[in-house]
Amino acid sequence: MSNANREAPPSAGRAGIKRELPEHFRDYRHVWVFIELERGEVHPVSFELLGEGRKLADKLGIQLAGIVLGPPGEATQHAVAEAFAYGADLVYLVEAPLLADYRNEPFTKAMTDLVNTHKPEILLLGATTLGRDLAGSVATTLLTGLTADCTELDVDVDGSLAATRPTFGGSLLCTIYTLNYRPQMATVRPRVMAMPPRTDKPVGRVIRHKLSMTEEEIITKVLGFNLDRQSAKANLAYADIVVAGGLGLGSAENLQLVKNLARAIGAEYGCSRPLVQKGWMPADRQVGQTGKTIRPKLYIAAGISGAIQHRVGVEGADLIVAINTDPNAPIFEFAHLGIVTDAIRFLPALTEAFTRRLSPHSHDKLAS
Amino acid sequence: MHIVICIKQVPDSAQIRVHPVTNTIMRQGVPTIINPYDLFALEEALKLRGAHGGEVTVLTMGPPMAEDALRKALTYGADRAVLLTDRCFAGSDTLATSFALSRAIVRIGETFGAPDIVFAGKQTIDGDTAQVGPGIAKRLGLLQFTYVAKIDSIDVDAREITVKRRSEGGTQMLKSRLPCLITMLEGTNEIRRGSLDDAMRAARSQIVKWSAAEAGIEDLNKCGLRGSPTVVKRVFAPTTKAEKATQIDMTDKTQHDLADELIAAIFTRQPALEHELAFDGGQ
Repeated sequence: MSNANREAPPSAGRAGIKRELPEHFRDYRHVWVFIELERGEVHPVSFELLGEGRKLADKLGIQLAGIVLGPPGEATQHAVAEAFAYGADLVYLVEAPLLADYRNEPFTKAMTDLVNTHKPEILLLGATTLGRDLAGSVATTLLTGLTADCTELDVDVDGSLAATRPTFGGSLLCTIYTLNYRPQMATVRPRVMAMPPRTDKPVGRVIRHKLSMTEEEIITKVLGFNLDRQSAKANLAYADIVVAGGLGLGSAENLQLVKNLARAIGAEYGCSRPLVQKGWMPADRQVGQTGKTIRPKLYIAAGISGAIQHRVGVEGADLIVAINTDPNAPIFEFAHLGIVTDAIRFLPALTEAFTRRLSPHSHDKLAS
Repeated sequence: MHIVICIKQVPDSAQIRVHPVTNTIMRQGVPTIINPYDLFALEEALKLRGAHGGEVTVLTMGPPMAEDALRKALTYGADRAVLLTDRCFAGSDTLATSFALSRAIVRIGETFGAPDIVFAGKQTIDGDTAQVGPGIAKRLGLLQFTYVAKIDSIDVDAREITVKRRSEGGTQMLKSRLPCLITMLEGTNEIRRGSLDDAMRAARSQIVKWSAAEAGIEDLNKCGLRGSPTVVKRVFAPTTKAEKATQIDMTDKTQHDLADELIAAIFTRQPALEHELAFDGGQ
């Protein structure tokens, strides 16, 4: 499909000045959410985005569509059904064997063709390895604006998407608009938005689109896929309880104290950014703006000072407990419960106390 | 083999402060560094040059002071550095940045030989978008591999490459063709210490400086603010929470007393947790 008519309007002055939306963008309607289906599983960020997309669509009085790209089969049909269960009004579906594994070429082709044919006003994707790989290619192909890693999405009085994202590691927030181009694209990291409720609903309108690409046209071939051995790595973002350690632990060995507490209460463990930089923990355990965003029911931060970039990644937690020797540490500004003490001494005591309290024996006592 | 690596000079985010009244970044006195994620790409480029021969060209777009970052890259062993600098690039978003960089890469190709691989960091620490790499790939029509954990093999003559690419739940093994664009995952290697020779050479090196016109960029409507479809409408500081943490009183308490008290406080605030923990945890 030609992009000739997608070029910037001729009188491109400062983009910041609101002009009339060019004629060829006026029929762009509806909010689209990319349903990220990889290896048979829908990434939960897709449902979080449907929750946000629903709010935007309602404010604008337009429809919410899920975009499902996948191979023919049960998993893809399931993804379609789930899109409806999480609030989509309709689903655009591209079903083709070429879409069995994620590859940039066919996914970019499928997505840009869908956009050029059905013209969404807003297009949301998860800021995952897949979503970021795809979003950059799609936005560049369409020559439209893309706001990455948003933490808040809203609709302005004039109907524009107001996408807010942290910048400079979370020290500042900026609200970004894509005024004169369509679609307005944004990505959001997993767990930044709350999971909307799921309601069983019948599958609604599904609009199918053919992928105009053959395997011969795709240069990149998939040789194989190695599943992560520690499936837990992927679960940090979605854990109900997280215990994380920071520089206050003093040494890599002391991270064992964090792991012990995590094991005792069935939590995932993580760390702040400096520990990754020191090589004490692998990068996929990092909690914060440049690591994982978490929204657990309970977050225990041990020896973490609470730099802004850490705060950005943990603020969604229901209850934040901070342990730090420095009573002026910034973490006490946003934690709910604080203890000014040395985490190295306190963590073993806390682990023991939890174990005692949670043992079946003590429960019998409580019940009686 | 000719490898181009795109880097960015960024303020060291650990030392950034925001002006409390104006809500602007106080850059004065904040040291600048090469975006840390770019160093993984640079090291990979240098390793490939070691294995396959050829040259490594470092490219950045930025103000004249970005020359420091390029010179630093030369001390690690890069062969050549190109600075794309022009007032017309000010205010570029990811689309305008990828346009300018892709034109510069074309000009690098014309001047020093077409690149076999273009590298970029996974993302920057100031913008954090991870979108410029894919943007450059699309502009240049290059095959794109983001979040690459390992380059398994390259056959320069057959123009083949196999890589391991991080995906959400595992690692993809992909086979594809040169030329391509690769963004490297963090932690995949460690940047070398440059040799003394490299340091001397870096100090003497002439950095190639191109304005937009010198880089062959004619359409200024695609550059800077004008070429950026996104507009920053509002910049503001995160709101501070009204309520600070409730401190558990420490006076005359052992660590064990404190622990019990903390757990009681946790379960008072989140009663459902105790029930869940009793069944899920503690085993």
